[in-house]
Amino acid sequence: MVFNIAIIDYEMGNLKSIYKCLKHLNIESIISDDSKNILNADGVILPGVGAFGDAMKHLKQKNLVPIIEQIVKNGTPLFGVCLGQQLLCSKSTEMGEHDGLDLIKGDVVKFDISKVDKVPQIGWNSVNFIDEEHFLLQGIPNNSYFYFVHSFYVVPKNKENVIGLTQYGDIDYSSIISKDNIIATQFHPEKSSKHGIKMYENFVDFCKK
Amino acid sequence: MPLTKRIIPCLDVTEGRVVKGTKFLNLRDAGDAVELGAYYDEQGADELVFLDITASSDKRKILIDLVEKTGEQVFIPFTVGGGLRTVEDIKEILRAGADKVSLNTAAIKNPELIAEGAKMFGSQCIVTAIDAKRVHVNSPEAAKDKVVVKTGNTYCWWEVYINGGRTPTGKDAILWGEEASSIGSGEILLTSMDMDGVKEGYDLELTKSFSKRLDVPIIASGGAGNPQHIIDAFTLGKADAALAASIFHYNEYPIEVVKKECLKAGIPMRL
Repeated sequence: MVFNIAIIDYEMGNLKSIYKCLKHLNIESIISDDSKNILNADGVILPGVGAFGDAMKHLKQKNLVPIIEQIVKNGTPLFGVCLGQQLLCSKSTEMGEHDGLDLIKGDVVKFDISKVDKVPQIGWNSVNFIDEEHFLLQGIPNNSYFYFVHSFYVVPKNKENVIGLTQYGDIDYSSIISKDNIIATQFHPEKSSKHGIKMYENFVDFCKK
Repeated sequence: MPLTKRIIPCLDVTEGRVVKGTKFLNLRDAGDAVELGAYYDEQGADELVFLDITASSDKRKILIDLVEKTGEQVFIPFTVGGGLRTVEDIKEILRAGADKVSLNTAAIKNPELIAEGAKMFGSQCIVTAIDAKRVHVNSPEAAKDKVVVKTGNTYCWWEVYINGGRTPTGKDAILWGEEASSIGSGEILLTSMDMDGVKEGYDLELTKSFSKRLDVPIIASGGAGNPQHIIDAFTLGKADAALAASIFHYNEYPIEVVKKECLKAGIPMRL
């Protein structure tokens, strides 16, 4: 079978921009909600823009929760982007309290408006690499800028899951987290120009190993 | 390091082509909007805005095609505006790959469009574009239902114009901005009609008045003639982003030069 990346389609956000970014790297990918496609992929991307509760509802309706758990168990690399990162955590307080996939222990909380200038944070912010050796960061200078659009952020329970930190107002938060074969970013690499493209390249290289 | 201020080149397009002339010798086709967009990405632009100035529904297919192709070559966020009238229009543009849409005339005529768009796609992708022009008055009492600001020895308020700046509405721009953001617009693209094309700097009073009163990011537009104008928009105008067209298109000041000047002035920038 040919090498293939699956982008999980659960009707949340612009999946095409990730697809086009991979295409730019000459990587074949498939946007799909079919469990077979996702289970057979060499790497899986969980994208997402929108509200946490709606996103979990869609994942459940499409019966994708056990599929994601299965690929993690199988050791297939999984890349969560933006809301996709938040969904990997235990729970979120966005519009009520919602359980997440609980694949990385931690909570999703809102920016405290008294500690930041504006919510949502929109624009380019830098990421301080905690684990510079991480495969995702190879060839990318520390403190590079990436494009963020979000009102909530993740607070991982275990420090060893934190790969990159970003400062917004008076808040330092985890903008890249990882655990075993899971990696996730709060920012959008597909909208972060050359350093973001490099991240997908690094992810794909990791999937090939 | 904090969130950076953004530099946004604006491309006026019609039928997929850049309207204003460009002077990039290293481009095969300077009128090709997609190629120019990719060039700006490479030069360090933080975002792009495409404004369809023909904005007719029968040419929509060409615009959609432009958005699709831009997404294949441009890997920074981009906004598309011009003639979008319905939620269906918004959906089409976002589906094709734009990150945000900019609403102007249609939003004034039907503010519900902002609310519906924000509900369906999120506030972060609904930009309200406001074309504002100064109306001078002798005293604040002369325009009681408007937000009157003292500028030097005189007073003024700002009136919203629609239909590409041809039609005055009688509406106060600041109050309209507040309304638009309160019903779901995630950003304001604020153009000074007094300064647009003059290249003597942004209307800093206008930009500052918006930034002070609104919680959403403000994109200053209209009047950039040199890097100092852009620096002023950030420091004095308190803008979150600065949009410019001709200084970039004619390569008078390449993006990198502008960004370096901003950094020197202590403004957080992505280089």
